Amino acid sequence: MALEPLLLKHRNTPGSAALEFYLAQGGYEAAKKAIRDFAPDKLIEEVKASGLRGRGGAGFPCGMKWSFVPKSNDKPKYLAVNADESEPGTFKDRILIEQLPHLLLEGILICCWAVQIKTAYIYIRGEFTEGAKILQKAIDEAYAKGYFGKNALGSGLDVDVTLHRGAGAYICGEETGLLTSLEGNRGYPKLKPPFPATHGLFRCPTVVNNVETLSNLPFIVNRGAAWFKTIGTEKSPGGKLFCVCGHVKKPDTYEVPLGTPFKELLALAGGVLDDRPLKAVVPGGSSAPVLTADEAMKVNMDFDSLAAAKTMLGSGGVIVMHDGTCMVDALYNLLRFYHHESCGQCTPCREGTGWIEKILHRLEHGQGRTEDFSLLMDICDNMQGKTICVLADAAVLPTRSFVTKFRAEFEYHVKQRKCLVARDA
Amino acid sequence: MPVQFSEKSRARFEWLLTRYPTRQAALLPTLRLAEEEFGSIGLEEMKYVAGLIGVSPAHVLGVVSFYTHYRRPEHGKYILQVCSTLPCALRGCERITDHLKKKLGIKVGETTKDKRFTLKKVECLAACDRAPMMQVNDQDHYDLTPEKVDRILDGLP
Ligand SMILES: Cc1cc2nc3c(=O)[nH]c(=O)nc-3n(C[C@H](O)[C@H](O)[C@H](O)COP(=O)(O)O)c2cc1C
Ligand code: SF4
Ligand code: FES
Repeated sequence: MALEPLLLKHRNTPGSAALEFYLAQGGYEAAKKAIRDFAPDKLIEEVKASGLRGRGGAGFPCGMKWSFVPKSNDKPKYLAVNADESEPGTFKDRILIEQLPHLLLEGILICCWAVQIKTAYIYIRGEFTEGAKILQKAIDEAYAKGYFGKNALGSGLDVDVTLHRGAGAYICGEETGLLTSLEGNRGYPKLKPPFPATHGLFRCPTVVNNVETLSNLPFIVNRGAAWFKTIGTEKSPGGKLFCVCGHVKKPDTYEVPLGTPFKELLALAGGVLDDRPLKAVVPGGSSAPVLTADEAMKVNMDFDSLAAAKTMLGSGGVIVMHDGTCMVDALYNLLRFYHHESCGQCTPCREGTGWIEKILHRLEHGQGRTEDFSLLMDICDNMQGKTICVLADAAVLPTRSFVTKFRAEFEYHVKQRKCLVARDA
Repeated sequence: MPVQFSEKSRARFEWLLTRYPTRQAALLPTLRLAEEEFGSIGLEEMKYVAGLIGVSPAHVLGVVSFYTHYRRPEHGKYILQVCSTLPCALRGCERITDHLKKKLGIKVGETTKDKRFTLKKVECLAACDRAPMMQVNDQDHYDLTPEKVDRILDGLP
């Protein structure tokens, strides 16, 4: 399936971040069209009709999320753009921010018009120093043209956008953690409900959308919901940026229709590194359950196919592993990550991620015991669904799937007190 | 000298306050401003920022210590942040950390005696397609090899 590149059309074109460049490509015409041709409610309906689902991780229908925001104006409404991009294996929003910042800004205008939001914040991860500079320059350019500020784009609506830099914490990618952080705190997630749509930033109605989600909007407005639905699958319309990394020859971001077979995506990425046999694939960022090679080679990359394969599309970060990978070591690496990034509010998550890390450490270092498997599953049972946010689940899902699907390898570590695979490099 | 913003930073701070409905929301950006102005964020800087924002120094300390990306007084001139999450690990980031440990004679988390380098292992920096990678202060370096690391370090002023 070929796809006319949309989000990546100007990939690596020098100067693509500049306003003149964007305007020469018909930039901001979609936002103008939205304001001219669509009453806010009608615009929400159009985005609903497009079937656009969130590209940040949860895949929630975008238009529906917007429709949950109360129509009344007795409280301010906010848009918080999730530019935290912190899910391991994901590096697509970085490209959109650094190379086409005006596409994102136009998406923001469209969202603000639809939901009648006057204040938008772009929460960008602290480590994106270059991206923050580029985005700030784009914001300044757009303000100078009157696209933002009072009577933005002549819409009659005042729309302000502010770039807000994070400071290094995975949990600020989780939407409620992001909002708490934006308010000037540690990035502690909050229990849902209430959802941000009604009680978000400063306890006011808030839309949280990912950079890639918003960057799709100008195309949907320009070409129509019906056109968008011609790409991808019935329930997962549109194209998607997949970040293919790990053991492939050409690690990169690829734009393909949702529903593209993993096999094709792997081929695009040049196949497995050194032509070695494929061993495992984490298809949707590190929080997604792992697939064996056989499972991966049969799966299509869309929300429902991956859910049917008991994993998830998540953020679109595809981590490929060849036969030289020790699965115990790989999982240990991931759990070290989740333990480090647990915000510590909930005991099952704070302690559970630490215990799992410790057990994996001893398995990896030849000190594992047979009881460790049931112990791991016990800890998982006590974490999943028992915490404020789903970071705990995000640690449990890889743990369960790695241990179950690669059980023999974990057992080898216990019995032989060493790795099954010869370690290279 | 007392810790205090320059005219320019002060103006920037006042502008920041206009961007948020609460003063507290300006805390993270104000800490960034303090980092730029003072070079790093220590206790004195935290107290100063707390006064500006109108929150307790304890709150600011809690915030600063929660995040990993603020520059602290104990850090060296260059913070070498080597990504060590799975995608980078699959591409051999361990070799890069080992090389740096040997070259600098320090462990992860330590700073060289001359306070030139601090070595840190960090989590995915969203550049897994160019792994292994590290961030040196604000600059990303990709597709690292030990030789490339040598060149990068030798080229630093
Ligand atoms: C632990 C955790 C980390 C997350 N990290 C990110 C992230 O870095 N970027 C992102 O856009 N969404 C992330 N999400 C998903 C957000 O909570 C939220 O669903 C998303 O920003 C909504 O936008 P969308 O509907 O446009 O996808 C994360 C979720 C969890 C639970
Ligand atoms: S589940 Fe973990 S990360 Fe989420 S709020 Fe609880 S302790 Fe924090
Ligand atoms: S794992 Fe190193 S940049 Fe993503």
